[in-house]
Amino acid sequence: MSAALHIDVRAGDFDPGAELARLEALGGGGVASFTGVVRGGNGLAALELEHHPAMTQAMMTRIAQEAATRWPLLGVTAIHRHGRLLPGQRIVFVAAASPHRAAALEATAFLIDWLKTRAPFWKKEHFADGSSQWVDARKEDDEAAARWEKH
Amino acid sequence: MTIELLYFARVREAIGRSAESVSPPDGIATIGALIAWLATRGGGYAEAFADPARIRAAVGEDFADLDSPIANAREIALFPPVTGG
Repeated sequence: MSAALHIDVRAGDFDPGAELARLEALGGGGVASFTGVVRGGNGLAALELEHHPAMTQAMMTRIAQEAATRWPLLGVTAIHRHGRLLPGQRIVFVAAASPHRAAALEATAFLIDWLKTRAPFWKKEHFADGSSQWVDARKEDDEAAARWEKH
Repeated sequence: MTIELLYFARVREAIGRSAESVSPPDGIATIGALIAWLATRGGGYAEAFADPARIRAAVGEDFADLDSPIANAREIALFPPVTGG
């Protein structure tokens, strides 16, 4: 089964409905997705996403290809925004289409776990009082990604 | 040998620039040695590379380890652990 890969690194918003419709049209019978939204609170005014432009597309493509080798997928979509985002705005979207629900669901979890630990993005939080700080990598994210290591 | 270095996030801010060309002395053979050599420049470099364990690297489009050789590398990116998603 060869999967249709759709990888998009962009500043602007995207339409999850349109992305899901594209995957539904592949005829697989099952589409699973995860949408990440900028979490507000603690006086967060904006979230700035820096990335390594020469590398980001290639890494996200590799992650999508890896999902398509591990599960029987008809389509894989991975979208990640960069630049300045506001609380409540969409930041990331991953989805997978498959004839089998388990494959679609597992591949979607795999995609976001690997994207968080392998795609070259860095988050900086900007607060209402004018202060800012880089977000530290989380041990929980590494542990989530480690679930998918092959034994 | 001239290498184009790219800096991102905290590393870029500490050093105060996003890219530069460097010519490491002979004997600088690995990413780890490159980071240690850059740290000897002091100032923002010393701050950026104070803890090599907190630095990640990519040679071209591939992630690299501190032990990775830098021979033939044209472009090396140095940055903190990634925090996307």
